[in-house]
Amino acid sequence: MAAVDDLKFQEFDDAANLLAVNPDATTISVDEPSENPKTQHGLLQDTGREEDDELLGTDDSDKTELLAGQKKSAPFWTFEYYQTFFDVDTYQVLDRIKGSVFPVPGKNFVRLYIRSNPDLYGPFWICATLVFAIAISGNLSNFFIHLGKPTFHYVPEFRKVSIAATTIYAYAWLVPLALWGFLMWRNSKVMNIVSYSFLEIVCVYGYSLFIYIPTAILWIIPQKAVRWVLVMFALCLSGSVLVMTFWPAVRDDNRRIALATIATIVLLHALLAVGCLAYFFDAPELDVLTTTASAQNGTALVTKTQ
Amino acid sequence: MAAAEGSGAGGAAKPLFAGLSDVSISEDIPVEGEITVPVGSRSPDEDYSTLDEPVRDTIMRDLKAVGKKFVHVMYPKKSSALLRDWDLWGPLVLCVSLALMLQGGSADSKEDGGPQFAEVFVIIWFGAVVITLNSKLLGGTISFFQSLCVLGYCVLPLTVAMLVCRLVLLAGSGTVSFIVRLIVVMAMFAWSTLASTAFLADSQPPNRKALVIYPIFLFYFVISWMILTFTAQ
Repeated sequence: MAAVDDLKFQEFDDAANLLAVNPDATTISVDEPSENPKTQHGLLQDTGREEDDELLGTDDSDKTELLAGQKKSAPFWTFEYYQTFFDVDTYQVLDRIKGSVFPVPGKNFVRLYIRSNPDLYGPFWICATLVFAIAISGNLSNFFIHLGKPTFHYVPEFRKVSIAATTIYAYAWLVPLALWGFLMWRNSKVMNIVSYSFLEIVCVYGYSLFIYIPTAILWIIPQKAVRWVLVMFALCLSGSVLVMTFWPAVRDDNRRIALATIATIVLLHALLAVGCLAYFFDAPELDVLTTTASAQNGTALVTKTQ
Repeated sequence: MAAAEGSGAGGAAKPLFAGLSDVSISEDIPVEGEITVPVGSRSPDEDYSTLDEPVRDTIMRDLKAVGKKFVHVMYPKKSSALLRDWDLWGPLVLCVSLALMLQGGSADSKEDGGPQFAEVFVIIWFGAVVITLNSKLLGGTISFFQSLCVLGYCVLPLTVAMLVCRLVLLAGSGTVSFIVRLIVVMAMFAWSTLASTAFLADSQPPNRKALVIYPIFLFYFVISWMILTFTAQ
């Protein structure tokens, strides 16, 4: 056992040999970062890029986790805990709304505007405004469409407000929950660089619904073509914000799963718009003869069901 | 103390604290103070002992307080009466009367379409609670019930608008009556929003005022919509 040999750097692979030589020697094992079990399951081929990205990813998520931890330090049963979700100023809310309506190509809404300060003010009040905008616009548009008919009796249709509220709040809370769960599950299988917290996803979805408020008001115009053009336009704007936000989170995954996730996000967003249009806004009828005929049929149906 | 103990321990014959009686406060240091426990002023007790007064006085006092607040809402000035001496009688009376007036009169018709009594009640109270929570979460310094009080009292102009609308609808329901109703409701909506903003705006942090005022605007807008779309059967 030469002293020089002890000082020389020993390769890790020689440990088995060394132990074989001297089984009673004490051994210390040090965990190296590249031995992280997650990377063994990773599909990334390039280990160099993987380590770099991993460092970037852990740095970023560590920083955001630290920041988040510093902010939400109050226990959840105190009022101060919930105040941390409303820690925004007027100009911040307006900036976020602007960012959701005018998507900047290449910029991530979450990283650019939210920056680990997700708020619940925007999602909650945008959803509330959207509920009433859809209900009121639907009522107004139906009023104008059926205005000249002799059998028309105006009703405020207040029931539809509760239906609208249920639909929109369910969309704004359940879809982010499902998406967050899905992303967490994929995160455990594939090392993703970017991961969002639940509140950030709720925030993105809430602000992305803002474009539907002017759209709902413009849906009063009783032209089918105009309405569908508006749907397409709104969907393009807010859909692109969602896509640009969530693409970095799924891009490292299996190609088909990533595309399926993005497609589902856009599809659900479109479904909300089309569903609201179909349910709350009656189809505008262009022909006068068909309007009187359908009005009589409508009253006949109503009397029959009654 | 240690010296006394030491002397006590050292000289066992001497009693403890023997030297203490030699300690005296020199007389040129004035010793002052009150030993008597201050009795709480009895005047609030005497003023608020309301057991012996006639019932009419009690009721009239509360009614006058509510009436004074109504006047403060109709002529909003920076007064602290609404905030300091809050009460929820006024909002309750206004909410119930508004909900009653919004009844179409045909409660048996399912396709009536108008809001039911419970719906109006819940919208007003739940809306006021949500707005109060919102302003408190954003850092407002107003208390919960004070904010409820202000929001409830500022429904008064809209209740007046509802009364006017019902009277106008008795006269007829054509376009002219609609335009009159529209103007009245819009004016009262603006009055309500401005009155509540005048009372509530000061207690909000300065860079979040718009965030607090917008929900109030939405709240009164929804109530105005319910009033405007009221159709008599």
